[in-house]
Amino acid sequence: MNWQFDGGAPIYSQLVGQIKQGIVSGAFPPGERLPSVRDLATEAGVNPNTMQRALTELERDGLVYSQRTAGRFVTEDRNMIEEAKRGLAAAQIRNFLEAMTRLGYEKEEIVTLVRQETTEEGLQCQF
Amino acid sequence: MSILECKGLSKNYGSVTALDHVDLTIEPGRIVGLLGPNGSGKTTLLKLANGLLTPTAGELRIDGLLPGKETHGMVSYLPERTCISTWMTVSQLLDFYGDFYPDFRRDVAVEMLKRLNISDSQRIRQMSKGTREKVQLIMVMSRAAKLYLLDEPIGGVDPATRDYILSTIIGNYNPDAAVVISTHLIADVEKVLDDVIFINQGRVVLQSSVDAIREEKGMSVDALFREVFRC
Repeated sequence: MNWQFDGGAPIYSQLVGQIKQGIVSGAFPPGERLPSVRDLATEAGVNPNTMQRALTELERDGLVYSQRTAGRFVTEDRNMIEEAKRGLAAAQIRNFLEAMTRLGYEKEEIVTLVRQETTEEGLQCQF
Repeated sequence: MSILECKGLSKNYGSVTALDHVDLTIEPGRIVGLLGPNGSGKTTLLKLANGLLTPTAGELRIDGLLPGKETHGMVSYLPERTCISTWMTVSQLLDFYGDFYPDFRRDVAVEMLKRLNISDSQRIRQMSKGTREKVQLIMVMSRAAKLYLLDEPIGGVDPATRDYILSTIIGNYNPDAAVVISTHLIADVEKVLDDVIFINQGRVVLQSSVDAIREEKGMSVDALFREVFRC
């Protein structure tokens, strides 16, 4: 995983976002055991207590569950992972729409532009 | 019980006030950043906690005890300047630490040195500044102490060495011990810290957790520091 932190958002919430991203993208596959808090914290270069807090939050959301002695695992519920994926996508789209609106585009124009861009890319891929 | 507790702690050097009625507590399991500009009293506070200086007024307790023979065994201190004897080889240094500190975990130190490809027969004198700093940090973190006091552990080393030092601190995390890191390189240490203490002209101006600052102010500790200490 490529961990990155920025700006003023709390570090634990940035960790929640990035682990979620890892689960959705398959870097942490369904049902797989997660590394220990200490290993994850060392890998991400963050405080172990902050990592613990992020994992507790993910547990509360249900994306991660813990088994008393065996450690923490990614959920096997693929619907829940799909739901998280849609949540992340929706957030990306909101950001994009905001940026486009700031540039002065209307919704219809944005949709047209996106369609153009995606079909052009599609054509490029064919050749 | 708090690992470190200061009540009305003051230290004067002649007519110069270095610390002015400092009240603070540090709990076990926390990694705390002691942040302040040059001359704000960071080193003085660490030296008081280590028993190298005595307070002018007020008191400081380590695990409930006044600094002394007993607390020396609980406190592992990394001074600002490298203080290991340069004529020693690595294995002599390991013996030296083992002789001095009953809590020195030689196996832990050997393992960390091995990962850096530092051989037992190498002399400290033959090492670069960055390597010396790494070796000294390894010695300090290899003690099973209750309180680690690290004075500017990442000052004057390259970014890769900085990352190594910080990951060594995380890797040695112990929920029963506290780590105090004094520095002004805040952006680099921010992610590693639980709490920060801002100190200025000998006074504590802020004590808070990193994520509480980010949550309440919507800015990083680095940005807040620049705002508080704008020249």
